[in-house]
Amino acid sequence: MRNVLAVAGKELRHYFHSPIAYLVMTVYAGLCGFFFYSFTATYVMQSFRMQAMGGMGAPPMSLNEYIIRPLLAGVLTVVLLLLLPLITMRLYAEEKRSGTIELLLTSPLTDMQIILGKFLGALALYAMIVAMTFLYISLLFIYGNPQARPLIAQALGILLYGAALLALGMWFSTFTKNQIVAGAISLAVFLLLFVFDWVTAYESGTVSRVIAYMSLTTHFENFSKGVIDLSDVVFYLSVAALGVFLTARSVEALKGRG
Amino acid sequence: MIEVAGLSKSYGPTLAVSDVSFEVRKGEVLGFLGPNGAGKTTTMRVITGYLPPSKGKVLVAGYDVVEEPLEAKRRTGYLPEAPPIYPDMTVVEYLSFVARIKGVPRKEIKMRVGEVSEKCAITDVQRRQTGKLSKGYRQRVGLAQALIHNPEVLILDEPTAGLDPKQIIETRELIRRLAGQHTIVLSTHILPEVSKTCERVIVINQGKVVAVGAPAELTHRLQGYETVLITVQGPAGEVMEKLRRVGGVHMVEPRDTADSRTTFEVHAEKGQDVRAELARAVVEARWNLLELKTSGLSLEDIFLKLTTEDLSEESGVGSQKSEVGRQ
Repeated sequence: MRNVLAVAGKELRHYFHSPIAYLVMTVYAGLCGFFFYSFTATYVMQSFRMQAMGGMGAPPMSLNEYIIRPLLAGVLTVVLLLLLPLITMRLYAEEKRSGTIELLLTSPLTDMQIILGKFLGALALYAMIVAMTFLYISLLFIYGNPQARPLIAQALGILLYGAALLALGMWFSTFTKNQIVAGAISLAVFLLLFVFDWVTAYESGTVSRVIAYMSLTTHFENFSKGVIDLSDVVFYLSVAALGVFLTARSVEALKGRG
Repeated sequence: MIEVAGLSKSYGPTLAVSDVSFEVRKGEVLGFLGPNGAGKTTTMRVITGYLPPSKGKVLVAGYDVVEEPLEAKRRTGYLPEAPPIYPDMTVVEYLSFVARIKGVPRKEIKMRVGEVSEKCAITDVQRRQTGKLSKGYRQRVGLAQALIHNPEVLILDEPTAGLDPKQIIETRELIRRLAGQHTIVLSTHILPEVSKTCERVIVINQGKVVAVGAPAELTHRLQGYETVLITVQGPAGEVMEKLRRVGGVHMVEPRDTADSRTTFEVHAEKGQDVRAELARAVVEARWNLLELKTSGLSLEDIFLKLTTEDLSEESGVGSQKSEVGRQ
């Protein structure tokens, strides 16, 4: 565990020594802020209109439904397209390019300790970044009274969603010495996983259901409603485990080739 | 301290190292000499546990690098050809990180970092980023990294490549100081380098060991012999005696024995082809002559391929190398 943490700490340090962490945080804060502002503004407009139409008896519009859920949907997209490839692309590619992979692989560490260390380092940065979303959401608690419970499920969902994709991105990073190539592969595959559930729009057979099941966003549905469904948790954790496993295989193959 | 037995390593169809065997005694400085692409780096990478061997066994301090990699790695310090530094870390950060992953106890890390910095003369750049250091400093940080856990075995891949003459001398002195406390294997493609730092030399070419010996011995052998390999089925002692008496033969050394067959390395005076004489001698004695050939590339040919130091410094081979390294 000590070794895992040493590697994780090193990864985090790289992010904060380079512009990556600050760039990604700034862009994320900006985009997330814009989403938040838009959805809040829309919400205010609509609730005024409701009152004007005299809907006195109707219950007030839910902040959770009208602001937090669409905000998270936006967050998922940004996370997927922008954050994750930027975070994962350097994990192995940079070590291979600079030759430091030789240092890691000749140290008394197991491959798995290195992989988990890298994974945890990347996950920690990811968690710090998405935590900003909840700063925006906390503003709602000052001016309104949204339900707090669903936030737990939502936070867990975002973390698991990120963990699954980070593990896959780490795997892609072992393919090449070139960070850009690793990032591009991640982006392409993530996009595909993102739109997989479109098949249900025109197909209804078993195959399409299987493909749609692999879509990473469909499994977020329950989390965004504030429901923790074990099958979704298992799905994300399996994808993360698969990514870690494939990374281990890939590192093994790397050694054979030199 | 290091035992390499029958080591072969292939990358797909290409054989990089073929059936290499040698031993390094405790406290010894062994030089690995060979032209570029001879298989030096591959052999070192197998010893450090970076690459798994395709065939053969490697023991470091008694631990098999495949069976017990962590134990073997704990006892090995390795400086690859390009120092494996993280350019965004300062020297102290970097050495502390390496100390942690090499298993130095937390309480001792600060002390060890101080010690190796002193040893490698990098105390004056401790707070600088490693990426901003000069080539010579980077090399010394790399060496400090290899020493941080006080390993029994030090593997140094071309430790002086790309350094300027002054830095080369400093690095050599440092290596000589480390000898005795550590068992050192270092590789080079520069001929005079080994005579200055090593007690024993292994010459390797195209993945095969072609000569082993003390530097002086090797230079002596270079003085001009033709080498012939002869395999005979017969009483080894008598055969050797007989071969030695053939006209023009200088020295006979047994190389290999299997069943009743023995392979001898016969050194003859330069310009003399003793093959016919050798064959006749064996046949006359009614032994079976199984194989007779000149040894492919003579030591001299290999040495010719090696860069001599003067050449590398003047023609800029060294500086070209460092430029490639920086890209």
